[in-house]
Amino acid sequence: MKDDTDPLLLEITDLCLSYFTRAGEIPAVQDFSLTLRAGESVGLAGESGCGKSTVALGIMRYMGNNGGIVGGTVKFKGRDMATLDAEELREIRGSDIAMIYQEPMAALNPSLTIASQLVEVPMTHDKIGPEEARKRAIQMLADVKLPDPERLMNAYPHQISGGQQQRVVIAMALLSNPSLLILDEPTTALDVTVEAGIVELISELSDKFGTAQLYISHNLGLMLETCQRVCVMYSGEVIEEGNIDSLFTWPKHPYTHGLFGCIPLPYADKNTRPLVAIPGQLPLPHERPSGCNFGPRCAFFREGVCDVGTIKMETVAIGGDRDHRCRCRRWQEIDPKEAIPVGVSKEPAEIGERVLEVEGMQKYYEVHDRSIRAMLSGKSVKYVKANESLDFTARRGETVAIVGESGCGKSTFAKVLMGLETATGGRITLDGVNIGEMPVQKRSPKQLGSLQMVFQNPNDTLNPSHTIGSQIARVIRKFGVETDKVKAIERMLHLLDLVKLPRDFALRRPRQLSGGQKQRVGIARAFAGNPSMVIGDEPVSALDVSVAAAVTELLMDIQREQGTTLLFISHDLSVVRYLSDRVVVMYLGQIMERGETEDVFAPPYHPYTEALLSAVPIADPEITKRHIVLEGTLPSVLDPPAGCPFETRCPRKIGEICETERPPNQDAGDRHVIACHIPMEELAKVEPVIKVPSESERIRTAMAREAKAAAADTGEVPECSTRS
Amino acid sequence: MAETAPAALIRAVKSFGLLRESWVGMVGAGIVALWVFVALFAPLVAPFEPNATLQPFATPGTAFAEGGTFWLGTDHIGRDILSRIIWGSRTVLIYAPLATACAYVVGILMGLAAGYYRGWVDEVLSFLGNVILSFPVLVLYIIIITTFGASPINIVIAITFASGPGIMRIVRGLVFDLRNRDYVAAAQTRGESPWFIMLVEILPNARGPLIVDACLRLGYVIITIGVLGFLGLGLPPPDPDWGGMINETRSMALAFPHMAVFPCLAISSLILGFNLLADGLREISLRD
Repeated sequence: MKDDTDPLLLEITDLCLSYFTRAGEIPAVQDFSLTLRAGESVGLAGESGCGKSTVALGIMRYMGNNGGIVGGTVKFKGRDMATLDAEELREIRGSDIAMIYQEPMAALNPSLTIASQLVEVPMTHDKIGPEEARKRAIQMLADVKLPDPERLMNAYPHQISGGQQQRVVIAMALLSNPSLLILDEPTTALDVTVEAGIVELISELSDKFGTAQLYISHNLGLMLETCQRVCVMYSGEVIEEGNIDSLFTWPKHPYTHGLFGCIPLPYADKNTRPLVAIPGQLPLPHERPSGCNFGPRCAFFREGVCDVGTIKMETVAIGGDRDHRCRCRRWQEIDPKEAIPVGVSKEPAEIGERVLEVEGMQKYYEVHDRSIRAMLSGKSVKYVKANESLDFTARRGETVAIVGESGCGKSTFAKVLMGLETATGGRITLDGVNIGEMPVQKRSPKQLGSLQMVFQNPNDTLNPSHTIGSQIARVIRKFGVETDKVKAIERMLHLLDLVKLPRDFALRRPRQLSGGQKQRVGIARAFAGNPSMVIGDEPVSALDVSVAAAVTELLMDIQREQGTTLLFISHDLSVVRYLSDRVVVMYLGQIMERGETEDVFAPPYHPYTEALLSAVPIADPEITKRHIVLEGTLPSVLDPPAGCPFETRCPRKIGEICETERPPNQDAGDRHVIACHIPMEELAKVEPVIKVPSESERIRTAMAREAKAAAADTGEVPECSTRS
Repeated sequence: MAETAPAALIRAVKSFGLLRESWVGMVGAGIVALWVFVALFAPLVAPFEPNATLQPFATPGTAFAEGGTFWLGTDHIGRDILSRIIWGSRTVLIYAPLATACAYVVGILMGLAAGYYRGWVDEVLSFLGNVILSFPVLVLYIIIITTFGASPINIVIAITFASGPGIMRIVRGLVFDLRNRDYVAAAQTRGESPWFIMLVEILPNARGPLIVDACLRLGYVIITIGVLGFLGLGLPPPDPDWGGMINETRSMALAFPHMAVFPCLAISSLILGFNLLADGLREISLRD
């Protein structure tokens, strides 16, 4: 923690920000207060639409023509931002306050070299010559740990990977030596292993440069790794604020509790400890209820208390954190044991006979090189090996997850299964029929209906021109489930019931639905033909945590009810660990490891699985994990390594054999297979990446903290002794 | 059902209300509506018979001996210009939308096929389109109409032939984008036929830009019909035709400007109407 005597860098008091639209004034942020000292990093967490990005823009006074500050003040280094004119603001933006956005490719100009974009910054802000500026730029590229900065300077943005691009953006932001760095979801567009590297870099930066950070993210786990304090926002207001330790250990606001109940932490389990979604949905900014914005969704809501007047932040002194505040009138009455939502344990689904068998499946794409040199050497055709000899089986009622980062070939595999592409080799047997080489046009309605897909992007999955009902009814008739029009409509309404949507949604159009609702319709559509297997291609990764939890639970419930096999494609290991029975880990089109979920997530690991597990942020300060950051970038699929595909980045590489020979599939027992050259005995000796404290340890540490908190309450801060 | 029927009505009213917010669009819609009204009620609105020889070379505002006034004057053979413009609006407002619609049917079908199938289908169709587009349009019209003779149907055919490829390009570009949407994949995986996907899943989502383009193109088609009339390739005389009216009085335009100016104004006001309407629609479509 930083000293209280440090000068205040940023002081926001009672800030209210609004947008003015045709529909009138829309209050985006209300009553926002925050102080930030040099070198401190504060996180703004919340789901989409809660106003966290608006706060960032409001600080910079960069809200466009239709937005502005309607109340409160933003003081940066003692100067009120509202009093500055355009020229003074321009001076501050980009030099004293720098911002890093989510999409690195959009932040870099694709037609300029990295050198010319970086050199510009110190030349403009510090008025130094090009030579000096170039030197600084190269130094900064080295500081953000980019390999070979000299060579990189002459590259164009598209020639480097996404993670490297984001490092360049960070370097660019730091070049002007800002005192405040605003990071708006800086790693959301990146793969987990790349994200881990960037997060490590960001958390080192404040130490190294003394830059204060405002870190905006929807991911509470990331906050734990990067910030000292966190503000949790809901519907335009901060509802809880505190330092990492006290907020994660003693969350006070029911919404914060709800959020933690939605995050698939390592000890969550789909059968014994299922996730608990927050009921209802975020109110629109102009339809907020009176009193507590969270009221209508809150289990502790009490009429006459929670729905009157405006609710102010109250100080909650616990865990020695005097600045833990919470916007709730009833926080003292809420019993934390009751507040932590516990899911009702459910019967595990019965696992039946084999439904899907994949043997040696291959999918190669031809790439034609039309250069003269390639023609002369006779190598004009190259192959992109999207999938290389995949083997695995899935049984009835089972959830099999395919995990891997972008470019690992998991979506290609889904396309081949669906018949949108055909396999170039091997067999895929579904219900006894080889469908690997059967394109979608040649499949019978029954075959089509028995294998359906839930897509990733909720805005893309439904046709915006047709009503929900007609889209589902079309599927029902197409698969021949019901041919009669009236019966088809009846079945469509039943499907809406199944995905817990009101029946009158049948007549709505997709744009009248929220992301989670659209995804539910997508699920209803997939289950219309009584499928024996459903493929979910990242079905919840575009949704907010609380919505994702609801959709995940829904998917699990329907699966349990209908005994469907679920093939869950994802990059998110937390979700995968939570819901899958078996896991297949893919890298560069090949299976690295496969087996039962508990086996894959415990040693012996494949080194890649180990790195993936370490990279996933976990929103629980009690869980300790080993830190592994992968070096280098994903090799090109056109020119993959000859030996083990992971050889170029593997921290446990044992020598030449990794570069030259394909790793053998080693059996670790009980259908657990690891493709690695390292002997099994050695892999088995690896320590677990994630350490979850046992229940007794957990109680012991909690009691120790409570005792410390009690001491702090009575001794140091008597004015806050409101806790009985 | 009962709940959402009023909701649908409200939505329809709202989308009209959106156009009302763009005053440009409203002016355009007003001009177009005025012309449609005039064309519909031509027999009631027109003061004289359009083809009757009444009094040659009357200047605007001259009173006719047998009653009535030549508000816009008469032409060299004594026909009332206002009446001819009013009756002429019928031809324009029938054949311009008809020709545009035909061009759209052809262009959309070609564009859908090229954009959806890609590969050799796209290459063949795009090549054909480029060949047609590389011809000077006027030459193309003259060839077609002199070969097949001047008749309303041939005008429609000529316009379809000449503007189809341009529409194809727009549709093809839109389809390239839309065919990668997940709902198209969903339709494919439930075994829909390619044409169902193109017409039901893709085309409705391309409607925004196409409606705007159709309004603009309607304006060009009106010009084209005027030009064809002017070149003597329009409707056979004596039926009133705006382009033909300008052509017939061309040699006297310096001495009697009213004979040519008023048909010109008629053409340009209608085109202006459609262009403003297109601008308004575009403005609205960009807003949300």
